[in-house]
Amino acid sequence: MINPGKIIFGLDSFGDIPRENADKVFTQAEAIRQVIKEAKMADELGIDVIALGEHHRADYAISSPDTVLAAIASITKKITLATGVTVLSSDDPVRVYERFATLEAISNGRAEAVLGRGSFTESFPLFGYDLQDYDVLFEEKLDLYSKLLEERPVTWKGSTRAALKDADVFPKTDNGKIATRIAVGGSPESVVRTARYGFPLTLAIIGGSPERFKAYIELYKKAAAKFEQQTYPVAVHSHGVIADTDEEAIELGWNHIRASFVRIGQDRGWTPMSREQYESEVQNGSFYVGSPETVAKRIARMLKTLDAGRFELVYGAGELSASARERTIELYATKVIPRVRELLREE
Amino acid sequence: MAKKIGILGAGKLGTVLGQLALKAGYQVYIAGSGSAEKIALTTEILLPEAQALTAKEVLAKTDTVILALPLGKYKSLSVEQLAGKLVIDAMNYWWEVDGQRPELTDVSSSSSELVQNYLKKSVVIKAFNHMGYHDLYDEAKPKGQNNRKAIAIVGDNKDAVQKVAVIVDDFGFDPLDEGSLMQGIRMEPGSPVFGANLKYNELKERLLSFETTKRGAAAKKAGNPAVKLGGKF
Ligand SMILES: NC(=O)c1ccc[n+]([C@@H]2O[C@H](COP(=O)([O-])OP(=O)(O)OC[C@H]3O[C@@H](n4cnc5c(N)ncnc54)[C@H](OP(=O)(O)O)[C@@H]3O)[C@@H](O)[C@H]2O)c1
Repeated sequence: MINPGKIIFGLDSFGDIPRENADKVFTQAEAIRQVIKEAKMADELGIDVIALGEHHRADYAISSPDTVLAAIASITKKITLATGVTVLSSDDPVRVYERFATLEAISNGRAEAVLGRGSFTESFPLFGYDLQDYDVLFEEKLDLYSKLLEERPVTWKGSTRAALKDADVFPKTDNGKIATRIAVGGSPESVVRTARYGFPLTLAIIGGSPERFKAYIELYKKAAAKFEQQTYPVAVHSHGVIADTDEEAIELGWNHIRASFVRIGQDRGWTPMSREQYESEVQNGSFYVGSPETVAKRIARMLKTLDAGRFELVYGAGELSASARERTIELYATKVIPRVRELLREE
Repeated sequence: MAKKIGILGAGKLGTVLGQLALKAGYQVYIAGSGSAEKIALTTEILLPEAQALTAKEVLAKTDTVILALPLGKYKSLSVEQLAGKLVIDAMNYWWEVDGQRPELTDVSSSSSELVQNYLKKSVVIKAFNHMGYHDLYDEAKPKGQNNRKAIAIVGDNKDAVQKVAVIVDDFGFDPLDEGSLMQGIRMEPGSPVFGANLKYNELKERLLSFETTKRGAAAKKAGNPAVKLGGKF
């Protein structure tokens, strides 16, 4: 069991657009500034990580998370500056290295690259990639990126970008390595790949019972052993909203988290989530919605079940208002996190 | 002797269906697109008693096989290796994976009819496609338990539909016979049952409401006979 004092708590945002009322909705620029404000708040409140996702859609303002993180770096002291995720498949590993090494310099060692294939596909046509190449793009680019991480001249050849011969890439970092994780959804193959490259694993659990992922963590450990790679505490990323009472949070979750799932699901042909489905996510599934006590209990139970070492709360989905977002952050930092540690110590 | 089932596709859906099959006491044979070695570790951990094989080997071992690969790749299946098999088609058109493939989402027929037309020597039955993989895992309940969720099954060969109904029941769901294969259009993405996780009666009702949806209207307009006839209702 992971030491309760050592568990890492994070906040994840995609740069959702806050809506204050029927008439007032933030512009995308305002939404980005809101995230910067929230990250500063999170740092002051002692939250360990802020992770920003990369999207290329009207409903999320952040397409360039490392730029936003650079701004956050300059007004925060301790918080880890992560992405969640950087869509490596449609990016260039050399540029990814350069951007994170720069962020690492600006923040004095607080950068963390979280790489993944992403749950959306907009970036593929946008940057001229074919979705059919999804697998080879990720595999090759991860291979190159992991070589670049060594911070020595790289010679590399593949089918998805120009070859490199003794290419030295800058800036070099003070710590000698950019912290990097891989985030995966439900694909067992992605879990095995993460272990094969020896990266820490983040599980994006956006629905269903977290227990189901126990076997994935087992798979991560066994695969790492087979490839003679080190393992690291696993992180879990899930949606939630915290309010003073369960009732208030449940309504907010229904009107916002559920609403965003319905909107996104439409494009994929899913039927709108029913009240029954929503409530089962809140009670036993992967929505962390409720009063601080309720949410703390659910997070503690999940961490214990999975023996995970890090939890990242995705907050603000579905046009949640700025004030409700800030309230979630405040309650998370001041009530939920200490309570989760306490609950885990009691066991 | 244990019942046997083959699964082609060792991804999200294939591994969950494999877990349900193992729980129900089946001997499970599973394959990905390539070598057995590639999925050996995943199988060992997620499906401890299953055998990881190549697709060809799976088909040599069993007469009943679930298709859990991307629909866009159905033509990579071997017509000959699948000849004479009972094939359970759990595939959906998913544009994010399959790319823009208008023929796979054409409302004038169901995608399972395309699969049947290609797998001419097999009996294709559609099932397990309309519930998300983590819900399939979470919602499976033992026989006789109330509040069980239902899975719709369509197919032209009634004996085969019966066999699949037993499998659906064994895996933890109430089977709902929904008529001939062309009725599969009612279970596809964009239909009112897709991702809805319903009990038998609700599912039955919701399948009927297909005509009232945008996709249902489009299917009707395209002259899809399933919609005109209203299935077995
Ligand atoms: N995910 C769900 O919730 C869900 C629910 C219901 C239905 N479905 C349907 O189920 C199918 C699989 O979806 P998924 O989410 O499980 O996808 P996935 O995680 O990407 O897995 C697809 C699997 O199919 C394998 N494959 C590809 N071509 C093959 C071939 N010719 N023979 C055998 N295996 C082959 C792949 O192997 P390689 O990695 O070696 O290519 C991979 O193991 C899709 O049609 C989907 O629409 C999915």
